[in-house]
Amino acid sequence: MRHLLDFQGWSRKEVEDLFETARLMQEVLARPVKKVPALQGFTVATVFFEPSTRTRISFELAARRMSADVVSFSAASSSLEKGESYKDTLLTLEAMGVDAYVIRADAAGVPHQATRWVRGAVINGGDGRRAHPTQALLDAFTLLEALGSLEGRKIAIVGDILHSRVARSNAELLPLLGAEVWCAGPPTLLPERLPNVRLTPDLEEALKEADAVMALRLQKERMAAGLLPSLPEYVALYQITEERLRKAKPHAVLLHPGPMNRDVEVEGTLADSERSLVNRQVQNGVAVRMAVLYHLLVGRKA
Amino acid sequence: MRFKAVIMGEEEVRRALVRMAHEIVERNKGAEDLVLVGIHTRGIPLAQRLAQLIGGFEGKEVPVGILDITLYRDDLSEIGLQPKVRETRIPFDLNGKSVVLVDDVLYTGRTARAALDALIDLGRPRRIYLAVLVDRGHRELPIRADFVGKNLPTARSEVVKVKLRETDGEDRVELWEKEAPSGAHREGA
Repeated sequence: MRHLLDFQGWSRKEVEDLFETARLMQEVLARPVKKVPALQGFTVATVFFEPSTRTRISFELAARRMSADVVSFSAASSSLEKGESYKDTLLTLEAMGVDAYVIRADAAGVPHQATRWVRGAVINGGDGRRAHPTQALLDAFTLLEALGSLEGRKIAIVGDILHSRVARSNAELLPLLGAEVWCAGPPTLLPERLPNVRLTPDLEEALKEADAVMALRLQKERMAAGLLPSLPEYVALYQITEERLRKAKPHAVLLHPGPMNRDVEVEGTLADSERSLVNRQVQNGVAVRMAVLYHLLVGRKA
Repeated sequence: MRFKAVIMGEEEVRRALVRMAHEIVERNKGAEDLVLVGIHTRGIPLAQRLAQLIGGFEGKEVPVGILDITLYRDDLSEIGLQPKVRETRIPFDLNGKSVVLVDDVLYTGRTARAALDALIDLGRPRRIYLAVLVDRGHRELPIRADFVGKNLPTARSEVVKVKLRETDGEDRVELWEKEAPSGAHREGA
């Protein structure tokens, strides 16, 4: 793989190989010295045209754990404010010798476009509503850890599916690993169609016999846009509660890509319970991103 | 590649390992605080065999760990292929231990250097020894082995192949000649 933009053209074998590397990276992260020299001499830039905390920090830690140099660009404090274009920003970084770009943008397609401007590896750190592939990878990795295999497993994704790049990337990746994906949410927040997944406004139907439930963050601006009548109504109909989770299989686990609106998408006590893998997702994010950087960068300079 | 000779047969490999096991015990004055760490791939079965031999003489179980040095290679940014990362498993505390690093062939010394870096990141051993079944010369770094099964002067155009029961179905050390000279070389092969 030369870039990581989405999962188009990916095989199950490629995902499994990446996960095998991620498992070995977990071992590195458990050592007293959590650092290896594998990416010494490489420079990774996190280029965030849209704000993010956890994805950026997770990538920066992943790069540093492998001894890469890291530079960080964020739109808020940059020449972008002075009118510089995405392209010129990236070309400036390219001229400074960057080998990999983690790009987040509010517009879909910016990372894809970037592959035409720079020679380095481009990693999509989330673009518009389109894709957030490393989030989906860490979700799938965490699910595999909890469930052993995803073959024939039912995964319910709940919330604002329409605007969610996390849901879209998971809807691409999880079926590739054999899972059956259901997406549930208010009718105003469901897309007309999403390939490979079952869409339903009926939460109960989605949760029934599910092996895992992934709650998505509800963005408050959706209410301002009139897509949701009120927060209490959303909570009443779509919040994942301990009681609702009883519809799922007894071992069913809970995921959330964060940041979580506690007691909105998920009942607070459930978020803190043993069934919640939210912190494990964050932890696995570093190992998975180390594996992505390793697979993209090593062997590239030759 | 052209086959040239069998350097060690099954019996010679066995005798060399018995002798090395005795040397390790003698140098360490017993098996106290002794641990063995095999380097992927063939260092692992060699470390297990040495541990078994030492355990037999000393009546004491000698722990064995496995070490992958891929993430420590000094040529990772240059090579054209992406080497597969393998498992590192050291299921014991390295602090204060006498560690014997075990590999099949000692050649340029770059694998040994990477292994030393990796080990030091995993703990602080009291000392580290290096044991190899074959030392074929051509060092590029100031590294030497403490325990050697066989010293084998070779040409750079030659390749030493170590085959072991556990990985290859038989114990044998062979010498081969490369058909065309190549700039790329890996330790042992």
